[in-house]
Amino acid sequence: MTLLQTPTLSLPSRPAPDCAALALVNLSAEYGKSRPVLEQVSFVVECGERAAIVGPNGAGKSTLFQVIVGLLPHATGDVLVHGHSHHAGDCPSIGYVPQREAVNWNFPVSVMDVVLMGRVKELGWLRWPGAADRKAAHSALEQVGLEALAARPISDLSGGQQQRVFIARALAQQADVLLLDEPFSGVDVEAQASIFDILDHLQTQNVTVLISTHDLQMATTRFDRLILLNRRVIADGPADSVLTPERLAAAYGGRLTFWRDGEAVTVSADDCCP
Amino acid sequence: MLTFLLAPLQYTFMVRGLAAVVMVGLVCAVVGSFVVLRGMAFFGDALAHAILPGVGVAYLVGGASGPLFWGALGAAILTALGIGAVTRGGRLREDTAIGVVFAGMFALGVALISTARSYTADLAHILFGNILAITNNDLLLIALFGGAILLVIAALYKEFVVISFDPVHAASLRLPVEPLRYLLLVLVAVTVVVSLQTIGAGLMTAMLITPAAAAHLLTKRLGHMISLAAFIGAGAGVIGLYLSYYVAIASGAAIVLVATAGFGGAWLWHTVKQS
Repeated sequence: MTLLQTPTLSLPSRPAPDCAALALVNLSAEYGKSRPVLEQVSFVVECGERAAIVGPNGAGKSTLFQVIVGLLPHATGDVLVHGHSHHAGDCPSIGYVPQREAVNWNFPVSVMDVVLMGRVKELGWLRWPGAADRKAAHSALEQVGLEALAARPISDLSGGQQQRVFIARALAQQADVLLLDEPFSGVDVEAQASIFDILDHLQTQNVTVLISTHDLQMATTRFDRLILLNRRVIADGPADSVLTPERLAAAYGGRLTFWRDGEAVTVSADDCCP
Repeated sequence: MLTFLLAPLQYTFMVRGLAAVVMVGLVCAVVGSFVVLRGMAFFGDALAHAILPGVGVAYLVGGASGPLFWGALGAAILTALGIGAVTRGGRLREDTAIGVVFAGMFALGVALISTARSYTADLAHILFGNILAITNNDLLLIALFGGAILLVIAALYKEFVVISFDPVHAASLRLPVEPLRYLLLVLVAVTVVVSLQTIGAGLMTAMLITPAAAAHLLTKRLGHMISLAAFIGAGAGVIGLYLSYYVAIASGAAIVLVATAGFGGAWLWHTVKQS
């Protein structure tokens, strides 16, 4: 059960859409036949914007990320990265930070190995990472404060450190659009804070960040834009306009209760964990 | 001691056998490292059994000296691609689909081979290997195809690592994830065929899985894991063959038992180190 306080004061409105880092156009996806997981999902994320996708379990958050990077074959619609369709060859690559549960932590690789994986496309076929790639990987590790752990196996790191390794991998990839799938689940408060420090720093460099989270409280307090998803986009905008009782009911069904207490709306969801 | 090691070498079949087990142990271990890390052990086992119809057809065409290698190769690649397509996601769970395909293919192979008169002996050779009957031509095929497998893995090493570690990231890098996955399946298929005569279909999984699994317990670096697995695989082949010579037991079984003992040792070391 999660509790959250939604302040009713409105957040500053977003800047005019002059630079679209990531645009989803009528994205639909299904597993096999007649099992839709995403229906007509469309939204635009501006350059340097930080948005959170929220919604119940099974809403299609992870699937959406897989479709955005182009993994799911049964998908229709289009994804544009800086205006380039992801079906085209010249589409810039997107940085991806996987959900903790999706990673095989016993895979025998070091921190450095993982970050160097971000260089694979840059390197091209039949070439091994060289000095320039190691330098890029080191500077990426420096940005997330892990350069001292470069030689350690990833299995030795804490949950928060592991998340930062994957952010470094995205930076080594020179991606300026980052997808983070549930980056705060399974890491402690301190680690969450250090991830936010990195995200804040990235925002100053105009890096676009889209995260998925089931943690409504975190989404409300730390993100200026929420996209409420349950197979389709139910609401999109600042927290106070998205997390209305009607819309939350539409996304979560009966698994949610609300009460209004003066200036704040309190929501409790029976849907805490992935 | 020296005579102990040299005595078997006066027989040409032992020299050929040793050359075969070293090559097969090496190739199986390298490919097996990816099989273990990707959790494809069941796939490897299924593949080894599913090649039987191909062997059966080749056998009916040309007898025991027929084009068994090519029959097996054809069946293995078809099965690998078939399983690849079935496991792309659908109503059935992956292991269920593999189980159905492999048992059906295995039955078809047994049925085909059973139409021949000398079927029991020949089937035993296919199931458990016939290392002493390896010819120079077989050695050449093992060397050629084994070498090709290692070359492909060396060339696409970083891509195979990325799709095995994090396929979503691989897709975000715009790597051709599905073609690479299929290629890896085909490499496993060719490995199974190359090892067929040495180890046999029945014990194939052991050579793919056991050395790599032992190495996985001993190190946290992928490069080290693959080298260690290759060392354990080739070593188990040599020791197993000597064991089979002196104790007079089936060579394939002896090799697998030595590899399993190696795994036991690695597991003990790992357990002691953990505590």
